[in-house]
Amino acid sequence: MAVAQSQTGGDVAVSLKGVTKTFATGVTALDRFDLALKPGEFVSLLGPSGCGKSTALRLIAGLMEPTRGSAISPGIRPGGARGQIGFVFQEPTLMPWATVAANVRLPLSLRRRDGVDVDTRVAAALDQVGLDGFAHAYPCELSGGMKMRVSIARALVTEPALLLMDEPFAALDEVTRFKLNDDLLGLWRAVKRTVVFVTHSVFESVYLSERIVVMTSRPGRVFTELKIDAPYPRDDRFRTSADYAALCRRVSDALADATARAGGA
Amino acid sequence: MNGEPFAPAVSARDRAEAALRVLLPIAVLALGIIAWELVVRLQGIPPYVLPGPVLVFQTLLADWGLLSGSLMVTLITTLQGFVLAVVGGVALAVLFNQSRLIEYSFYPYAVILQVTPVVAIAPLLLIWLPQEAAVLACAWIVAFFPVLANTTLGLNSVDHNLADLFRLYGASRLQVLMRLKLPAALPYILGGLKIAGGLSLIGAVVAEMAASSAGAGSGLAYRIMESGYRLNIPRMFAALVLLSVAGIVIYFLLAWFSHVMLRRWHESAVMREA
Ligand SMILES: Nc1ncnc2c1ncn2[C@@H]1O[C@H](COP(=O)(O)OP(=O)(O)O)[C@@H](O)[C@H]1O
Ligand SMILES: [Mg+2]
Repeated sequence: MAVAQSQTGGDVAVSLKGVTKTFATGVTALDRFDLALKPGEFVSLLGPSGCGKSTALRLIAGLMEPTRGSAISPGIRPGGARGQIGFVFQEPTLMPWATVAANVRLPLSLRRRDGVDVDTRVAAALDQVGLDGFAHAYPCELSGGMKMRVSIARALVTEPALLLMDEPFAALDEVTRFKLNDDLLGLWRAVKRTVVFVTHSVFESVYLSERIVVMTSRPGRVFTELKIDAPYPRDDRFRTSADYAALCRRVSDALADATARAGGA
Repeated sequence: MNGEPFAPAVSARDRAEAALRVLLPIAVLALGIIAWELVVRLQGIPPYVLPGPVLVFQTLLADWGLLSGSLMVTLITTLQGFVLAVVGGVALAVLFNQSRLIEYSFYPYAVILQVTPVVAIAPLLLIWLPQEAAVLACAWIVAFFPVLANTTLGLNSVDHNLADLFRLYGASRLQVLMRLKLPAALPYILGGLKIAGGLSLIGAVVAEMAASSAGAGSGLAYRIMESGYRLNIPRMFAALVLLSVAGIVIYFLLAWFSHVMLRRWHESAVMREA
């Protein structure tokens, strides 16, 4: 929260200030929630399921409005350039009736940018996620990990400044998850776009992020923020290092505190 | 799941099972026909009570000129009713989907139209409309509701996250309809078509029967009624056989069409290794 105050207008990519979100059902998913990201930052939201992580992402994406407080993504929303945001859901969320290429092309074709460079960009996006040979396959012909790659390619095809990922790898096996974690870091380091990564895995959040926002549940609040200052590139050596283990321990303790605090309240 | 796109591998056991599913009903049919012929012959049942299958088949050939003409009349009515039902059902479902107010205002009447037995409406329609139009209207009334109901269900079954994605990328209403809702509804629409095909035949037959009591008509159902009055029971059976065959052919055509439309992507049609 100290971070939020230190941000000045120019270098803020995402800013949630005092955001409260109460649903029509009476459930308060977020309560005075603060989050601020600098452009190019990789931040994870970590918390138990039901603590409002998805709600926070949807507020950032403008898919819903806060009940109180302000949710703005400076430099992204004005001008209506909504393609500036890429969203990856927990499920691959592909159109089963469309080929891989057509799924990836969707964000471009919805904005009537069909043309020569569209095909190139679709091909490039598929190439980035290692699916260049599968343009004409249908989603039902792909494995879970490959579908997730298609979903990531679709989010990347507009070259968004902000990438929002909602537990994208939670349903995958460990080997595939590690591989996709590495690929994601590679993509992020190649083009430093801002990433908000939602997860309930301590290990994943430590491996990926520069900063972790630990949340309490019911209602969702920021419990604490932890900086992960291990240098990039991070790889298997980092994953097995004592540093990594110590960081995971710290984050894990914070998460346990956050959960206990919520339970006691 | 493995990482490779799978090739459909049909095992010998699957193939044997598929063969059985075709052969068994045919065997039952053959046995039934033989038993029917035997009973008719051994009991000496007169043809005006129950004609044997051989006689029915002979009548079918002998009266082919008359019966095929009637078949065409009934089939054309059925097809017209079916097409109108599909167009009307899908269009109405889309309209309801676009506007809550229209849906609330008119959906109850669609239901009323559906639950009122068409046999009861047919005589009224025959008074109001010229005979052919009345028959068509009956075929339409019975067939359009399953299309409407299924399409409505399909349009509402869109994945929420996909809908959000379309919103995120600023899709217009028309884009959401054409590129998200209708494709998502396609399996449901095709399911509705399969039901509507058979029902439009039933609607056409019911209306023809109602019309025939006024002495008008030329379709298969009219032939059945007429043969009944004249105690030409073999011709009645021949017409009945043609009606059944028409119903079966309509069903399989629509099932095949549905399979072709969905085979690349939908769970119901995609071949999977067991
Ligand atoms: N559209 C909605 N309507 C009503 N309640 C909702 C809605 N979305 C989420 N919630 C509720 O808000 C809380 C937080 O949900 P969510 O943001 O999905 O949590 P998380 O992603 O951390 O698991 C949950 O209690 C959930 O039931
Ligand atoms: Mg969630």
